[in-house]
Amino acid sequence: MTDDLRIKGITRPADVALTFDGRELRAPAGEPLAAALLAAGVRRLGEGPGSPRAAFCMMGTCQQCLVRVDGRLAQACLVPVRAGLAVTPA
Amino acid sequence: MIWDIAVLGAGPAGMAASAEAARHGARVMLLEESPAPGGQVYRASPAGFTVPRDADGRAGDALRAALAESGAKLRTGCRVWGLGGGPLVPEGAPAAPFRLDALDAEGTPFTAEARALVLCPGTTERVIPFPGWTTPGVLGLAAATILLKSAGVLPGRRAVVSGAGPLLYAVAAKLLKAGCEVAAVVDLASAAEWARALPALAARPDLLAQGAAWRARLLRARVPVLAAHSVVAAEGGEAVARVRVAPVSGGAERVFDCDTLLVGHGLSPATEATRAFRAAHRYAPESGGWVPVTDADGRTSVVRLYVAGDGAGVRGAAAAPAGGRLAALAALRDLGLITASEHDTTRAAPMRDHASAARAGAAMARVMAIRPALVAAIPRDCVVCRCEGVTRAEIEHALDDGAEDMNQLKQFTRCGMGPCQGRVCGEAAAELVAARVGGRERAGFATGRLPLRPVPMAALLGEFDYADIPVPAPAPL
Repeated sequence: MTDDLRIKGITRPADVALTFDGRELRAPAGEPLAAALLAAGVRRLGEGPGSPRAAFCMMGTCQQCLVRVDGRLAQACLVPVRAGLAVTPA
Repeated sequence: MIWDIAVLGAGPAGMAASAEAARHGARVMLLEESPAPGGQVYRASPAGFTVPRDADGRAGDALRAALAESGAKLRTGCRVWGLGGGPLVPEGAPAAPFRLDALDAEGTPFTAEARALVLCPGTTERVIPFPGWTTPGVLGLAAATILLKSAGVLPGRRAVVSGAGPLLYAVAAKLLKAGCEVAAVVDLASAAEWARALPALAARPDLLAQGAAWRARLLRARVPVLAAHSVVAAEGGEAVARVRVAPVSGGAERVFDCDTLLVGHGLSPATEATRAFRAAHRYAPESGGWVPVTDADGRTSVVRLYVAGDGAGVRGAAAAPAGGRLAALAALRDLGLITASEHDTTRAAPMRDHASAARAGAAMARVMAIRPALVAAIPRDCVVCRCEGVTRAEIEHALDDGAEDMNQLKQFTRCGMGPCQGRVCGEAAAELVAARVGGRERAGFATGRLPLRPVPMAALLGEFDYADIPVPAPAPL
Protein backbone atom coordinates (compact mmCIF):
# COMPACT_ATOMS: atom_id res chain seq x y z
CA MET A 1 0.00 0.00 0.00
CA THR A 2 2.09 2.90 -1.20
CA ASP A 3 1.76 5.31 -4.10
CA ASP A 4 -0.98 3.27 -5.73
CA LEU A 5 -3.55 4.79 -3.37
CA ARG A 6 -2.86 8.21 -4.95
CA ILE A 7 -5.40 8.79 -7.70
CA LYS A 8 -3.95 9.10 -11.21
CA GLY A 9 -4.54 12.18 -13.35
CA ILE A 10 -3.85 14.73 -10.59
CA THR A 11 -0.84 17.01 -10.86
CA ARG A 12 0.85 17.32 -7.48
CA PRO A 13 3.77 19.30 -6.09
CA ALA A 14 7.08 17.43 -5.75
CA ASP A 15 7.37 14.86 -2.98
CA VAL A 16 9.09 15.89 0.22
CA ALA A 17 10.49 13.70 2.99
CA LEU A 18 8.91 13.38 6.43
CA THR A 19 9.02 10.76 9.17
CA PHE A 20 6.36 8.87 11.10
CA ASP A 21 7.64 7.22 14.27
CA GLY A 22 11.16 7.37 12.83
CA ARG A 23 10.26 5.73 9.51
CA GLU A 24 10.93 7.87 6.44
CA LEU A 25 7.97 8.60 4.14
CA ARG A 26 7.56 10.72 1.05
CA ALA A 27 4.48 12.74 0.14
CA PRO A 28 3.64 15.75 -2.03
CA ALA A 29 3.99 19.07 -0.20
CA GLY A 30 0.58 20.36 0.87
CA GLU A 31 -1.18 17.00 1.00
CA PRO A 32 -3.16 16.61 4.24
CA LEU A 33 -0.90 14.71 6.64
CA ALA A 34 -3.67 12.21 7.43
CA ALA A 35 -4.00 11.40 3.70
CA ALA A 36 -0.22 11.09 3.33
CA LEU A 37 -0.08 8.60 6.22
CA LEU A 38 -2.99 6.61 4.75
CA ALA A 39 -1.25 6.52 1.36
CA ALA A 40 1.92 5.26 3.08
CA GLY A 41 -0.03 2.41 4.64
CA VAL A 42 -0.01 3.93 8.13
CA ARG A 43 -3.46 3.58 9.64
CA ARG A 44 -2.79 3.24 13.36
CA LEU A 45 -1.97 6.73 14.65
CA GLY A 46 -2.09 6.07 18.37
CA GLU A 47 -3.99 4.27 21.08
CA GLY A 48 -7.51 5.08 22.18
CA PRO A 49 -9.34 3.56 25.12
CA GLY A 50 -9.65 -0.10 24.15
CA SER A 51 -8.84 0.27 20.47
CA PRO A 52 -6.25 1.84 18.17
CA ARG A 53 -6.92 5.33 16.82
CA ALA A 54 -7.06 6.03 13.07
CA ALA A 55 -8.26 8.90 10.88
CA PHE A 56 -12.06 8.89 10.84
CA CYS A 57 -13.75 12.20 9.87
CA MET A 58 -10.93 13.95 7.94
CA MET A 59 -12.46 17.36 8.74
CA GLY A 60 -11.17 18.25 12.17
CA THR A 61 -14.15 17.05 14.20
CA CYS A 62 -13.45 13.63 15.71
CA GLN A 63 -9.90 14.10 17.10
CA GLN A 64 -9.09 10.47 16.25
CA CYS A 65 -6.11 11.41 14.02
CA LEU A 66 -4.30 13.25 16.82
CA VAL A 67 -0.51 12.94 16.39
CA ARG A 68 2.54 14.91 17.46
CA VAL A 69 4.00 17.05 14.70
CA ASP A 70 7.48 18.29 15.65
CA GLY A 71 6.49 17.64 19.24
CA ARG A 72 3.22 19.59 19.16
CA LEU A 73 -0.20 17.86 19.34
CA ALA A 74 -2.05 18.30 16.06
CA GLN A 75 -4.89 16.75 14.08
CA ALA A 76 -3.25 15.05 11.10
CA CYS A 77 -6.22 15.88 8.85
CA LEU A 78 -5.69 19.63 9.32
CA VAL A 79 -1.89 19.71 8.89
CA PRO A 80 -0.48 20.11 5.36
CA VAL A 81 2.66 18.06 4.62
CA ARG A 82 5.91 20.06 4.71
CA ALA A 83 9.50 18.92 4.17
CA GLY A 84 11.08 17.53 7.31
CA LEU A 85 7.97 17.04 9.48
CA ALA A 86 8.75 14.68 12.35
CA VAL A 87 5.47 12.95 13.18
CA THR A 88 5.01 10.60 16.12
CA PRO A 89 1.95 8.82 17.52
CA ALA A 90 0.18 10.79 20.24
CA MET B 1 -9.81 47.21 16.09
CA ILE B 2 -13.42 46.14 16.41
CA TRP B 3 -14.80 44.55 13.25
CA ASP B 4 -18.35 45.27 12.16
CA ILE B 5 -19.06 41.61 11.47
CA ALA B 6 -17.10 38.47 12.31
CA VAL B 7 -18.02 35.30 10.41
CA LEU B 8 -17.08 31.90 11.78
CA GLY B 9 -16.62 29.19 9.14
CA ALA B 10 -15.64 29.71 5.48
CA GLY B 11 -17.91 27.18 3.82
CA PRO B 12 -20.44 28.31 1.20
CA ALA B 13 -22.59 30.17 3.77
CA GLY B 14 -19.65 31.92 5.44
CA MET B 15 -17.95 32.89 2.16
CA ALA B 16 -21.20 34.35 0.77
CA ALA B 17 -22.06 36.12 4.04
CA SER B 18 -18.60 37.70 4.25
CA ALA B 19 -18.58 38.81 0.63
CA GLU B 20 -22.10 40.26 0.87
CA ALA B 21 -21.30 42.23 4.03
CA ALA B 22 -17.94 43.51 2.73
CA ARG B 23 -19.51 44.58 -0.57
CA HIS B 24 -21.81 46.85 1.46
CA GLY B 25 -18.82 48.48 3.10
CA ALA B 26 -18.76 46.57 6.39
CA ARG B 27 -15.41 45.66 7.94
CA VAL B 28 -15.58 41.86 7.94
CA MET B 29 -13.32 39.22 9.51
CA LEU B 30 -13.83 35.61 8.35
CA LEU B 31 -12.22 32.83 10.41
CA GLU B 32 -11.74 29.28 9.11
CA GLU B 33 -10.27 26.15 10.68
CA SER B 34 -9.13 24.47 7.42
CA PRO B 35 -6.06 25.62 5.49
CA ALA B 36 -8.29 27.12 2.74
CA PRO B 37 -11.84 28.46 2.34
CA GLY B 38 -14.51 26.26 0.74
CA GLY B 39 -16.10 24.10 3.41
CA GLN B 40 -16.55 20.38 2.90
CA VAL B 41 -18.57 20.15 -0.35
CA TYR B 42 -16.68 22.99 -2.06
CA ARG B 43 -13.35 22.13 -0.47
CA ALA B 44 -10.34 23.47 -2.33
CA SER B 45 -7.45 21.24 -3.30
CA PRO B 46 -4.14 22.07 -1.63
CA ALA B 47 -1.97 24.65 -3.41
CA GLY B 48 -0.13 23.09 -6.34
CA PHE B 49 -2.66 20.25 -6.79
CA THR B 50 -4.61 20.28 -10.05
CA VAL B 51 -7.62 18.07 -9.55
CA PRO B 52 -10.08 17.83 -12.48
CA ARG B 53 -12.89 20.34 -11.78
CA ASP B 54 -16.46 19.15 -11.36
CA ALA B 55 -19.61 21.24 -10.82
CA ASP B 56 -18.90 21.49 -7.06
CA GLY B 57 -15.35 22.63 -7.75
CA ARG B 58 -16.56 25.36 -10.08
CA ALA B 59 -19.24 26.55 -7.63
CA GLY B 60 -16.61 26.70 -4.88
CA ASP B 61 -14.18 28.61 -7.09
CA ALA B 62 -16.87 31.20 -7.88
CA LEU B 63 -17.56 31.74 -4.16
CA ARG B 64 -13.83 31.93 -3.40
CA ALA B 65 -13.31 34.49 -6.19
CA ALA B 66 -16.21 36.64 -4.94
CA LEU B 67 -14.82 36.46 -1.41
CA ALA B 68 -11.33 37.48 -2.55
CA GLU B 69 -12.71 40.50 -4.44
CA SER B 70 -14.99 41.62 -1.62
CA GLY B 71 -12.37 43.03 0.73
CA ALA B 72 -13.36 40.78 3.64
CA LYS B 73 -10.36 39.80 5.77
CA LEU B 74 -9.89 36.00 5.72
CA ARG B 75 -7.81 34.05 8.25
CA THR B 76 -7.47 30.32 7.60
CA GLY B 77 -5.93 27.60 9.73
CA CYS B 78 -7.43 29.23 12.85
CA ARG B 79 -8.66 27.30 15.82
CA VAL B 80 -11.41 29.37 17.46
CA TRP B 81 -11.76 28.03 20.99
CA GLY B 82 -13.21 30.89 22.98
CA LEU B 83 -16.37 32.97 22.69
CA GLY B 84 -17.35 36.06 24.61
CA GLY B 85 -19.84 38.89 24.50
CA GLY B 86 -23.56 38.55 24.10
CA PRO B 87 -24.89 36.62 27.08
CA LEU B 88 -21.39 35.43 28.07
CA VAL B 89 -20.43 38.56 30.01
CA PRO B 90 -20.77 39.15 33.75
CA GLU B 91 -24.05 40.71 34.78
CA GLY B 92 -24.03 44.45 34.19
CA ALA B 93 -21.13 44.34 31.70
CA PRO B 94 -21.77 45.47 28.11
CA ALA B 95 -22.88 42.61 25.78
CA ALA B 96 -21.03 44.02 22.78
CA PRO B 97 -18.67 43.47 21.13
CA PHE B 98 -18.55 39.72 20.62
CA ARG B 99 -15.12 38.27 21.29
CA LEU B 100 -13.47 35.30 19.56
CA ASP B 101 -10.33 33.76 21.03
CA ALA B 102 -8.31 31.72 18.57
CA LEU B 103 -4.95 30.24 17.69
CA ASP B 104 -3.56 31.00 14.25
CA ALA B 105 -1.94 28.43 11.94
CA GLU B 106 1.36 28.76 13.85
CA GLY B 107 -0.35 28.26 17.20
CA THR B 108 -0.08 31.93 18.21
CA PRO B 109 -3.08 33.20 20.16
CA PHE B 110 -5.11 36.14 18.89
CA THR B 111 -8.45 37.74 19.64
CA ALA B 112 -11.01 39.23 17.27
CA GLU B 113 -13.84 41.50 18.38
CA ALA B 114 -16.91 42.32 16.34
CA ARG B 115 -20.22 44.15 16.74
CA ALA B 116 -22.13 41.28 15.11
CA LEU B 117 -21.31 37.60 14.71
CA VAL B 118 -22.47 35.30 11.92
CA LEU B 119 -21.96 31.60 12.70
CA CYS B 120 -21.58 29.28 9.69
CA PRO B 121 -20.36 26.12 11.42
CA GLY B 122 -21.76 23.54 8.99
CA THR B 123 -22.50 20.01 10.07
CA THR B 124 -20.89 16.96 11.55
CA GLU B 125 -21.43 13.54 10.04
CA ARG B 126 -23.55 11.27 12.20
CA VAL B 127 -22.25 7.73 12.59
CA ILE B 128 -24.34 5.44 14.77
CA PRO B 129 -21.98 2.96 16.48
CA PHE B 130 -21.86 -0.73 15.53
CA PRO B 131 -19.41 -3.47 16.50
CA GLY B 132 -16.03 -2.75 14.95
CA TRP B 133 -16.70 0.90 14.10
CA THR B 134 -13.47 1.96 15.80
CA THR B 135 -11.34 -0.42 13.68
CA PRO B 136 -8.74 1.37 11.52
CA GLY B 137 -10.08 1.47 7.96
CA VAL B 138 -13.58 2.56 9.01
CA LEU B 139 -14.03 6.15 7.85
CA GLY B 140 -16.93 8.56 7.39
CA LEU B 141 -18.57 9.08 3.99
CA ALA B 142 -17.70 12.77 4.22
CA ALA B 143 -14.12 11.77 5.04
CA ALA B 144 -14.08 9.69 1.85
CA THR B 145 -15.23 12.63 -0.28
CA ILE B 146 -12.51 14.81 1.22
CA LEU B 147 -9.87 12.16 0.49
CA LEU B 148 -11.13 11.63 -3.06
CA LYS B 149 -11.90 15.19 -4.12
CA SER B 150 -9.36 17.27 -2.26
CA ALA B 151 -6.39 15.08 -1.37
CA GLY B 152 -6.73 12.71 -4.35
CA VAL B 153 -6.04 9.66 -2.19
CA LEU B 154 -8.10 6.44 -2.09
CA PRO B 155 -9.18 5.33 1.39
CA GLY B 156 -8.35 1.71 0.45
CA ARG B 157 -8.36 -0.77 -2.41
CA ARG B 158 -11.74 -2.40 -1.85
CA ALA B 159 -14.54 -0.60 -0.01
CA VAL B 160 -17.98 -1.24 1.42
CA VAL B 161 -20.00 1.99 1.28
CA SER B 162 -22.87 2.20 3.73
CA GLY B 163 -25.32 4.53 5.41
CA ALA B 164 -27.95 6.99 4.23
CA GLY B 165 -28.33 9.88 1.85
CA PRO B 166 -27.02 11.00 -1.53
CA LEU B 167 -23.41 10.92 -0.32
CA LEU B 168 -23.63 7.12 -0.38
CA TYR B 169 -23.98 6.96 -4.15
CA ALA B 170 -21.68 9.92 -4.76
CA VAL B 171 -18.87 8.24 -2.80
CA ALA B 172 -19.43 4.81 -4.37
CA ALA B 173 -19.40 6.22 -7.92
CA LYS B 174 -16.35 8.40 -7.27
CA LEU B 175 -14.46 5.46 -5.74
CA LEU B 176 -15.10 3.38 -8.86
CA LYS B 177 -14.03 6.20 -11.13
CA ALA B 178 -10.84 6.71 -9.14
CA GLY B 179 -9.91 3.04 -9.34
CA CYS B 180 -11.12 1.62 -6.02
CA GLU B 181 -13.16 -1.55 -6.03
CA VAL B 182 -16.59 -1.24 -4.40
CA ALA B 183 -17.64 -4.50 -2.74
CA ALA B 184 -21.18 -3.32 -1.95
CA VAL B 185 -23.37 -0.29 -1.38
CA VAL B 186 -25.45 -0.78 1.77
CA ASP B 187 -28.31 1.75 1.85
CA LEU B 188 -30.44 2.19 4.99
CA ALA B 189 -33.18 3.77 2.90
CA SER B 190 -35.69 1.68 0.98
CA ALA B 191 -36.60 2.31 -2.66
CA ALA B 192 -39.91 3.72 -1.40
CA GLU B 193 -38.11 6.34 0.74
CA TRP B 194 -36.12 7.51 -2.28
CA ALA B 195 -39.31 7.62 -4.34
CA ARG B 196 -40.89 9.93 -1.75
CA ALA B 197 -37.92 12.32 -2.10
CA LEU B 198 -38.30 12.57 -5.89
CA PRO B 199 -41.02 15.27 -6.17
CA ALA B 200 -38.85 17.75 -4.24
CA LEU B 201 -36.01 17.05 -6.68
CA ALA B 202 -38.13 17.77 -9.76
CA ALA B 203 -36.90 21.38 -9.73
CA ARG B 204 -33.30 20.18 -9.76
CA PRO B 205 -32.89 18.09 -12.95
CA ASP B 206 -29.11 18.46 -12.50
CA LEU B 207 -29.27 16.52 -9.21
CA LEU B 208 -31.55 13.87 -10.67
CA ALA B 209 -29.24 13.40 -13.66
CA GLN B 210 -26.22 13.21 -11.38
CA GLY B 211 -27.93 10.62 -9.16
CA ALA B 212 -28.91 8.55 -12.21
CA ALA B 213 -25.34 8.69 -13.53
CA TRP B 214 -23.97 7.47 -10.18
CA ARG B 215 -26.46 4.58 -10.15
CA ALA B 216 -25.62 3.69 -13.77
CA ARG B 217 -21.92 3.55 -12.97
CA LEU B 218 -22.59 1.15 -10.08
CA LEU B 219 -24.81 -1.00 -12.27
CA ARG B 220 -22.17 -1.19 -15.03
CA ALA B 221 -19.57 -2.28 -12.49
CA ARG B 222 -22.03 -4.90 -11.15
CA VAL B 223 -21.74 -3.53 -7.62
CA PRO B 224 -24.38 -5.06 -5.33
CA VAL B 225 -26.66 -2.25 -4.10
CA LEU B 226 -28.60 -3.40 -1.05
CA ALA B 227 -31.60 -1.22 -0.18
CA ALA B 228 -32.99 -1.18 3.38
CA HIS B 229 -29.82 -2.89 4.69
CA SER B 230 -27.42 -1.93 7.43
CA VAL B 231 -23.95 -2.91 8.63
CA VAL B 232 -24.08 -5.45 11.47
CA ALA B 233 -20.36 -5.41 12.19
CA ALA B 234 -16.94 -4.54 10.81
CA GLU B 235 -14.44 -7.31 11.50
CA GLY B 236 -10.65 -7.53 11.43
CA GLY B 237 -7.93 -6.91 13.99
CA GLU B 238 -5.42 -4.24 13.01
CA ALA B 239 -7.62 -3.11 10.10
CA VAL B 240 -11.01 -3.87 8.56
CA ALA B 241 -11.01 -7.19 6.68
CA ARG B 242 -14.72 -7.88 6.21
CA VAL B 243 -18.14 -6.37 6.86
CA ARG B 244 -21.31 -8.20 7.81
CA VAL B 245 -24.57 -6.67 6.57
CA ALA B 246 -28.23 -7.60 7.02
CA PRO B 247 -31.67 -6.32 6.02
CA VAL B 248 -32.93 -3.55 8.33
CA SER B 249 -36.04 -5.62 9.04
CA GLY B 250 -33.93 -8.64 10.01
CA GLY B 251 -32.98 -11.69 7.95
CA ALA B 252 -29.99 -13.46 6.48
CA GLU B 253 -26.59 -11.78 6.82
CA ARG B 254 -24.18 -11.31 3.95
CA VAL B 255 -20.42 -10.92 4.31
CA PHE B 256 -18.24 -8.72 2.10
CA ASP B 257 -14.43 -8.81 2.17
CA CYS B 258 -12.92 -5.32 2.02
CA ASP B 259 -10.06 -3.22 3.40
CA THR B 260 -12.13 -0.13 4.13
CA LEU B 261 -15.67 0.62 5.30
CA LEU B 262 -17.08 4.07 4.56
CA VAL B 263 -20.09 4.85 6.66
CA GLY B 264 -22.33 7.86 7.31
CA HIS B 265 -25.82 7.98 8.76
CA GLY B 266 -26.65 11.55 7.85
CA LEU B 267 -25.60 15.04 8.85
CA SER B 268 -26.26 16.92 12.03
CA PRO B 269 -25.89 20.71 12.50
CA ALA B 270 -22.82 21.80 14.48
CA THR B 271 -24.38 23.71 17.37
CA GLU B 272 -21.49 24.00 19.83
CA ALA B 273 -21.18 27.78 19.35
CA THR B 274 -24.93 28.55 19.51
CA ARG B 275 -25.20 26.28 22.57
CA ALA B 276 -22.27 28.08 24.22
CA PHE B 277 -24.05 31.40 23.58
CA ARG B 278 -27.18 29.93 25.26
CA ALA B 279 -29.24 30.68 22.15
CA ALA B 280 -32.67 29.02 22.00
CA HIS B 281 -32.70 25.69 20.13
CA ARG B 282 -35.43 23.34 18.94
CA TYR B 283 -35.31 19.67 18.04
CA ALA B 284 -35.97 19.24 14.31
CA PRO B 285 -35.03 15.73 13.14
CA GLU B 286 -35.98 16.61 9.56
CA SER B 287 -33.26 19.30 9.69
CA GLY B 288 -30.64 16.99 11.19
CA GLY B 289 -31.30 17.34 14.94
CA TRP B 290 -31.09 20.26 17.35
CA VAL B 291 -31.06 23.56 15.48
CA PRO B 292 -30.87 27.13 16.74
CA VAL B 293 -34.23 28.93 16.63
CA THR B 294 -33.97 31.63 13.93
CA ASP B 295 -36.17 33.96 11.96
CA ALA B 296 -36.22 33.77 8.14
CA ASP B 297 -33.04 35.90 7.98
CA GLY B 298 -30.95 33.81 10.36
CA ARG B 299 -31.29 35.96 13.50
CA THR B 300 -30.95 33.79 16.61
CA SER B 301 -32.52 34.52 20.03
CA VAL B 302 -29.26 36.35 20.97
CA VAL B 303 -29.08 39.96 19.80
CA ARG B 304 -26.71 40.42 16.82
CA LEU B 305 -25.90 36.70 16.67
CA TYR B 306 -26.83 35.04 13.38
CA VAL B 307 -26.51 31.54 11.97
CA ALA B 308 -26.52 30.44 8.32
CA GLY B 309 -25.91 27.37 6.19
CA ASP B 310 -26.26 23.77 7.35
CA GLY B 311 -25.51 24.85 10.93
CA ALA B 312 -28.98 26.43 10.94
CA GLY B 313 -30.58 23.15 9.77
CA VAL B 314 -29.36 20.84 7.02
CA ARG B 315 -30.42 22.20 3.61
CA GLY B 316 -27.30 21.43 1.58
CA ALA B 317 -24.44 23.38 0.06
CA ALA B 318 -26.59 24.76 -2.80
CA ALA B 319 -28.86 26.59 -0.34
CA ALA B 320 -26.04 27.80 1.92
CA PRO B 321 -24.80 30.89 -0.01
CA ALA B 322 -28.30 32.41 -0.08
CA GLY B 323 -28.65 31.73 3.64
CA GLY B 324 -25.30 33.41 4.25
CA ARG B 325 -26.32 36.48 2.28
CA LEU B 326 -29.60 36.75 4.21
CA ALA B 327 -27.78 36.63 7.55
CA ALA B 328 -25.23 39.22 6.37
CA LEU B 329 -27.96 41.58 5.18
CA ALA B 330 -29.85 41.20 8.48
CA ALA B 331 -26.64 42.00 10.39
CA LEU B 332 -25.98 45.04 8.16
CA ARG B 333 -29.48 46.32 8.86
CA ASP B 334 -29.30 45.65 12.60
CA LEU B 335 -25.96 47.50 12.76
CA GLY B 336 -27.41 50.44 10.84
CA LEU B 337 -25.02 49.91 7.91
CA ILE B 338 -27.92 49.65 5.45
CA THR B 339 -31.38 51.17 5.77
CA ALA B 340 -34.55 49.18 6.30
CA SER B 341 -35.67 49.91 2.75
CA GLU B 342 -32.30 48.85 1.29
CA HIS B 343 -32.61 45.66 3.31
CA ASP B 344 -36.12 44.98 2.05
CA THR B 345 -34.94 45.37 -1.55
CA THR B 346 -31.70 43.39 -1.32
CA ARG B 347 -33.05 40.43 0.61
CA ALA B 348 -35.73 39.49 -1.95
CA ALA B 349 -33.35 37.66 -4.32
CA PRO B 350 -31.51 35.54 -1.71
CA MET B 351 -34.84 34.76 -0.02
CA ARG B 352 -36.13 33.34 -3.31
CA ASP B 353 -32.86 31.47 -4.05
CA HIS B 354 -32.84 29.98 -0.59
CA ALA B 355 -36.42 28.74 -0.75
CA SER B 356 -35.87 27.06 -4.10
CA ALA B 357 -32.56 25.37 -3.19
CA ALA B 358 -33.74 24.42 0.30
CA ARG B 359 -36.59 22.30 -1.04
CA ALA B 360 -34.26 19.68 -2.54
CA GLY B 361 -31.97 20.01 0.49
CA ALA B 362 -34.84 19.35 2.88
CA ALA B 363 -35.86 16.20 0.98
CA MET B 364 -32.28 14.90 1.25
CA ALA B 365 -32.15 15.83 4.94
CA ARG B 366 -35.28 13.72 5.52
CA VAL B 367 -33.60 10.67 3.93
CA MET B 368 -30.64 11.33 6.25
CA ALA B 369 -32.70 11.87 9.43
CA ILE B 370 -31.72 9.79 12.44
CA ARG B 371 -33.21 6.27 12.54
CA PRO B 372 -34.01 5.28 16.13
CA ALA B 373 -34.02 1.57 15.19
CA LEU B 374 -30.34 1.80 14.28
CA VAL B 375 -29.55 3.16 17.75
CA ALA B 376 -31.74 0.54 19.42
CA ALA B 377 -29.64 -2.15 17.68
CA ILE B 378 -26.33 -1.02 19.25
CA PRO B 379 -25.07 -4.03 21.30
CA ARG B 380 -24.46 -3.45 25.01
CA ASP B 381 -20.67 -3.97 24.83
CA CYS B 382 -20.25 -1.62 21.85
CA VAL B 383 -18.31 1.61 22.49
CA VAL B 384 -20.50 4.67 21.88
CA CYS B 385 -18.15 7.47 23.05
CA ARG B 386 -14.83 6.56 21.47
CA CYS B 387 -12.85 9.39 23.10
CA GLU B 388 -13.64 8.12 26.60
CA GLY B 389 -14.38 4.48 25.78
CA VAL B 390 -17.95 4.58 27.13
CA THR B 391 -20.08 1.60 26.10
CA ARG B 392 -23.83 1.38 25.65
CA ALA B 393 -24.00 -0.75 28.82
CA GLU B 394 -22.38 2.06 30.83
CA ILE B 395 -24.86 4.56 29.38
CA GLU B 396 -27.81 2.29 30.23
CA HIS B 397 -26.35 1.81 33.71
CA ALA B 398 -26.22 5.58 34.23
CA LEU B 399 -29.85 5.80 33.09
CA ASP B 400 -30.76 3.02 35.56
CA ASP B 401 -29.00 5.07 38.22
CA GLY B 402 -31.19 8.07 37.49
CA ALA B 403 -29.45 10.15 34.80
CA GLU B 404 -32.27 12.09 33.16
CA ASP B 405 -30.65 14.16 30.44
CA MET B 406 -27.49 14.61 28.39
CA ASN B 407 -25.74 16.76 31.00
CA GLN B 408 -26.30 14.15 33.69
CA LEU B 409 -25.20 11.35 31.36
CA LYS B 410 -21.97 13.28 30.78
CA GLN B 411 -21.45 13.77 34.52
CA PHE B 412 -22.20 10.11 35.32
CA THR B 413 -20.12 8.47 32.57
CA ARG B 414 -17.80 11.06 30.87
CA CYS B 415 -19.70 10.30 27.62
CA GLY B 416 -19.06 13.34 25.40
CA MET B 417 -16.39 14.76 27.71
CA GLY B 418 -13.36 13.77 25.60
CA PRO B 419 -11.51 15.83 23.01
CA CYS B 420 -14.30 15.70 20.37
CA GLN B 421 -16.67 17.10 23.02
CA GLY B 422 -19.53 14.82 22.04
CA ARG B 423 -19.56 15.77 18.39
CA VAL B 424 -19.16 12.13 17.30
CA CYS B 425 -21.17 10.27 19.97
CA GLY B 426 -23.73 12.96 20.87
CA GLU B 427 -26.48 11.89 18.49
CA ALA B 428 -26.38 8.19 19.42
CA ALA B 429 -26.06 8.94 23.15
CA ALA B 430 -28.97 11.38 23.04
CA GLU B 431 -31.14 8.81 21.27
CA LEU B 432 -30.32 6.24 23.98
CA VAL B 433 -31.28 8.75 26.68
CA ALA B 434 -34.40 9.77 24.73
CA ALA B 435 -35.61 6.17 24.54
CA ARG B 436 -35.64 6.06 28.34
CA VAL B 437 -36.81 9.55 29.33
CA GLY B 438 -39.49 10.14 26.69
CA GLY B 439 -38.01 11.89 23.69
CA ARG B 440 -35.12 14.02 22.50
CA GLU B 441 -36.58 17.27 23.91
CA ARG B 442 -36.47 15.76 27.39
CA ALA B 443 -33.00 14.30 26.81
CA GLY B 444 -31.87 17.78 25.79
CA PHE B 445 -28.29 18.49 24.79
CA ALA B 446 -25.04 18.96 26.64
CA THR B 447 -24.62 22.59 27.64
CA GLY B 448 -22.20 24.32 25.28
CA ARG B 449 -18.84 24.72 27.00
CA LEU B 450 -15.56 26.44 26.24
CA PRO B 451 -13.07 25.69 24.88
CA LEU B 452 -14.96 24.92 21.64
CA ARG B 453 -11.90 22.96 20.46
CA PRO B 454 -9.06 21.36 22.41
CA VAL B 455 -6.39 23.96 23.02
CA PRO B 456 -2.95 23.75 24.70
CA MET B 457 -2.81 25.20 28.23
CA ALA B 458 0.17 27.32 27.17
CA ALA B 459 -2.04 29.14 24.66
CA LEU B 460 -4.58 29.94 27.37
CA LEU B 461 -2.02 31.11 29.88
CA GLY B 462 0.24 33.10 27.54
CA GLU B 463 3.70 34.27 28.59
CA PHE B 464 4.11 35.11 32.25
CA ASP B 465 6.65 35.26 35.02
CA TYR B 466 5.75 33.89 38.43
CA ALA B 467 7.19 37.10 39.90
CA ASP B 468 4.54 39.09 37.99
CA ILE B 469 1.61 37.29 39.59
CA PRO B 470 0.22 39.55 42.31
CA VAL B 471 0.14 37.71 45.63
CA PRO B 472 -2.22 39.13 48.23
CA ALA B 473 -0.68 39.90 51.60
CA PRO B 474 -1.06 37.01 54.04
CA ALA B 475 -3.83 37.34 56.58
CA PRO B 476 -2.57 38.63 59.96
CA LEU B 477 -1.95 35.88 62.51
